[in-house]
Amino acid sequence: MKSIEELKKIKEKVKEMTWLRQGDKKATKIVVGMGTCGIAAGARQVMTAIMDELKKRNKTDVIVTQTGCIGFCKYEPLIDVITPDGEKITYVNLTPEMAREIVIKHIINGQAITEWTVKNF
Amino acid sequence: MRELSLHIMDLTENSIRAGSTLIEIEIAESRSKDLMTIKIKDNGCGMDKEFLKDVISPFKTTRTTRKVGLGLSLFQTACQRCEGSFRIRSKPGIGTEVEGSFKWSHIDRAPLGDIASTLALLISGNPGIEFVYRHTTDEGTYILDSRELKQILEDVAVNNPLVVDWIKKNVKEGLKDINGGV
Repeated sequence: MKSIEELKKIKEKVKEMTWLRQGDKKATKIVVGMGTCGIAAGARQVMTAIMDELKKRNKTDVIVTQTGCIGFCKYEPLIDVITPDGEKITYVNLTPEMAREIVIKHIINGQAITEWTVKNF
Repeated sequence: MRELSLHIMDLTENSIRAGSTLIEIEIAESRSKDLMTIKIKDNGCGMDKEFLKDVISPFKTTRTTRKVGLGLSLFQTACQRCEGSFRIRSKPGIGTEVEGSFKWSHIDRAPLGDIASTLALLISGNPGIEFVYRHTTDEGTYILDSRELKQILEDVAVNNPLVVDWIKKNVKEGLKDINGGV
């Protein structure tokens, strides 16, 4: 199958670059709420947008993971951005477009978008 | 839920939380029988008879464990709305199997939707869990097995963005092949 060949090529390409791994303390972590509430509100689209934006911008030191319902169902889709120093910022009521902006402004440029954080709701 | 693939993602989260190491997702679509079946089977901790009895109830969620909540009842309702059936079987220590069917042509049957993204996120978001996706139509079968991918990838992480992208494309192309190229 041709696509298996493609996967092998990706493997070779990735091996030449340095990627951070799950559990790496130097990595920024993005945690997406993926409970029933999150999924129904559009968390999958948000997570897809985040992954896509990171890929587009060659951001290799960010780990994207999922979590279940944290009880903030009303504010879904929501994500936590956890920087290597342990600071956690929770963004709520997101759309895929907002998620892309968070990647650009917060993850890449280091400027949190405070209007979208949980404090304002 | 607007797409069946979102139900699948949701039910699979139950399996993940149950400590599964292998999750099998099976979709069988038959236009000739006018039937669509979705089955999710895991090898997680399972549930005892007592818990299983009213596991469908939305009020069954135990906040401390968060094993089940609205997910199962939403899926059951979706099946019943489309003249289908719903079944859940579970054994403690062995695993759980959820199966739902739909009348394929029923007007209320949600589309499968973006199953490619669902699978890509499940596999990349849970590197320690193996997923097997089997999708059958009247025209053929598409299979995606995360164990095979990992064998090819060796020490390259399955949640690498380039790999995630490949998974998505592979699913899309694979499903096109078994859906008459559409």
